[in-house]
Amino acid sequence: MSIQGRRGIRVALPYLLPSLFGALLFAILPIVISLFLSVTSWSGMSRVSLTDGFLKFVAKNFVGLDNAKAILSDGEFYRALSHNLYFIALYLPLMLILSMTCALIINAPKKGANVYRVVYYLPVLTSWVAGSLIWKWLLSPVYGPINNALELFGIQGPMWLQSEIWAMPSIVLASIWKDMGFYAMILFGGLKSINTQYYEAAHIDGASKVQSFMHITLPLLSSVLFYVSMLSMINAFQLFPQVMVMTKDGNAGPNGATMVMVERIYKYAFRYGKMGYASAYSWILFVIILFCTYIQKRGEKRWVRYDV
Amino acid sequence: MKTTRNVLSLALVLILVMLPAFSAGSKETTLGTVTLKLEQFSGSEATLSGAALKNMIAEFEKQNPTIKVQLQTIGYDDYFTQLQSKVVGGNAADVFELNYENFVAYASEGALADVTKLLGDTSGFNKTALNAFNYQGVQYGVPNSFSNVVLFYNKALFDRADLAYPTSEWTWKDVEAASKKIMALDKNIWGFYRPLSFHEFYKGAAQNGGSLMNAERTAFTVNLPQNVEAASLMAGWQTDSKIMPTEADMAGMGDWDLFKSGRLGMLVTGIWAFGDFTANCPFEWDIAIEPGNVQKATHFFSNSYVVSATSKYPSESASLARFLAGSKEATKLRVEASWELPPVTYPEIIESYLSITPPENRQAVFASLDYLVTPPVSAQQAQMQAIIQSYLDQIAFGRMSAKAALDACQKELEAKISL
Repeated sequence: MSIQGRRGIRVALPYLLPSLFGALLFAILPIVISLFLSVTSWSGMSRVSLTDGFLKFVAKNFVGLDNAKAILSDGEFYRALSHNLYFIALYLPLMLILSMTCALIINAPKKGANVYRVVYYLPVLTSWVAGSLIWKWLLSPVYGPINNALELFGIQGPMWLQSEIWAMPSIVLASIWKDMGFYAMILFGGLKSINTQYYEAAHIDGASKVQSFMHITLPLLSSVLFYVSMLSMINAFQLFPQVMVMTKDGNAGPNGATMVMVERIYKYAFRYGKMGYASAYSWILFVIILFCTYIQKRGEKRWVRYDV
Repeated sequence: MKTTRNVLSLALVLILVMLPAFSAGSKETTLGTVTLKLEQFSGSEATLSGAALKNMIAEFEKQNPTIKVQLQTIGYDDYFTQLQSKVVGGNAADVFELNYENFVAYASEGALADVTKLLGDTSGFNKTALNAFNYQGVQYGVPNSFSNVVLFYNKALFDRADLAYPTSEWTWKDVEAASKKIMALDKNIWGFYRPLSFHEFYKGAAQNGGSLMNAERTAFTVNLPQNVEAASLMAGWQTDSKIMPTEADMAGMGDWDLFKSGRLGMLVTGIWAFGDFTANCPFEWDIAIEPGNVQKATHFFSNSYVVSATSKYPSESASLARFLAGSKEATKLRVEASWELPPVTYPEIIESYLSITPPENRQAVFASLDYLVTPPVSAQQAQMQAIIQSYLDQIAFGRMSAKAALDACQKELEAKISL
């Protein structure tokens, strides 16, 4: 490290300390502790002290990889994982298309664009619990506005959250409503950074709007789109508040249709008294997300163009 | 120099900010008074029970001037999650409430204090209720209430259909016959409501002569033929005889609301509905012992007050628990507030309970005690219930036959739950 680097750190350190302290205490430390807990059989209901004999406690309740083995040999894990993947399969493409559309709308040089910026971003600012409760009402099979509106067109709306088939799509709907504004803002920033000269040149050459979108906007936006898709995929694996609030407690959804990974972790940790098992579960989820992110990163070279 | 000064001043600020975190809850004030923390979920300000509990505490403090009680009430849905955090952190209240199902989990983890010798004379308590909170020979808590489930029926609908009221000799066949006649009155009226839930199933199995566990509670017997028959009969109320509305038919309406709207002939639900139905039913209603199939079986629900193993004042806590649960003063307040049933055998308390109407047939509540079945309990209660419920859902949704579902349920329980 250069002399400037070292001096730079010494100067910056006092200012970084509060955030570092917070990150250490509330993020790094719990993660390390959960790694220790994942190899124990702790129920989560008995007294454990971090400062007094923690390592002895871990040694006494040590079960090694038994938790991980039990998780991976239980059909329920694959069921929850498949529900997460189903959610991603529905959510990711829709999210990319809709947030792209939304960004294009906000970007349009029209008078009303500012209003749309606020309107699309508002859901992002609401709390998930409030949003979920509203969607629960919207999707009510008999009293909800959505089914009542469909009836006006003569369509018999489905049972939404009470139906095994429509429960997950309902969650996807609510999630898209909530997150769309956030990703649209990121894409909007990306759109603003594209040089307008490209569009002018294309217009002179006689390209249509669709053609300039396909051949200018998309390639130049590919790095931002990649970032958006990676972020939303990581979020999708951590799907939780919507499921807990909107679908029936106990087994998550009608006949377990919305049972997902983090919901399982929560149940094992706080309802079924198996904190060690739940910690192992969350580490397995971490490995899965890490793997998917790695795959995406590998694809980056092929999908993303940085040469402009 | 400037950097060290920066660091020092920053450290000072951090310490000052963190200081409040280091003050533990104070338990003892000066002058030797003891403050006990009491945490519970069953008494709420929304009904008369909240005021009754406050009066009980005031009476206890009057009789014990050196003890002060700090009450914290938390809703049932969040109660057990936050309780778990408190127990793990060593901050559990001195006295807290537990229901029967969670008792075994906490007792087996050593979170509760042994109060066998601290309760004094327990002869006034109902034996079944007291024994429910005894784990491996040690008394860990004292029952503060119990309740059971009975058959509620709409007298007006029975009169319109020209039917005799349910008696204590009724069986499922009588319920089905009466339901069909009641439903003939109007297409919006339903006959019966009793969902295929975990609680209804273990009771239904017993009503059909079966059981979910063996008598010693050492093995599961979920796929006994009697249980399979019970499950298919119960699911059949929605699919075959159609006397019971499905979730789609209910259209988001709750079962109590359906009964109160006068569109349900009979409902199996808990006696804690008395207050709500008394206030909100525009028709006459009454209760009967729940009909069985080959025999009667009724629920036993009980809450208790337990003493935390980390309490600094176990004997004061035990006397608080005992007072709130079983003293003449407290149980009288409980009966007056219609706050479930006090778990005591004092005749004057029983008399005052029976004298309040509606319902007329309050005697059925006590008669039901002769047929009590306790739920299957294990240290992994929540997980066990969730597994069984998931297979019951499969039966109710028509995805699996009762036999296939219960066979699979038996296998999964044997693999995952240790008894």
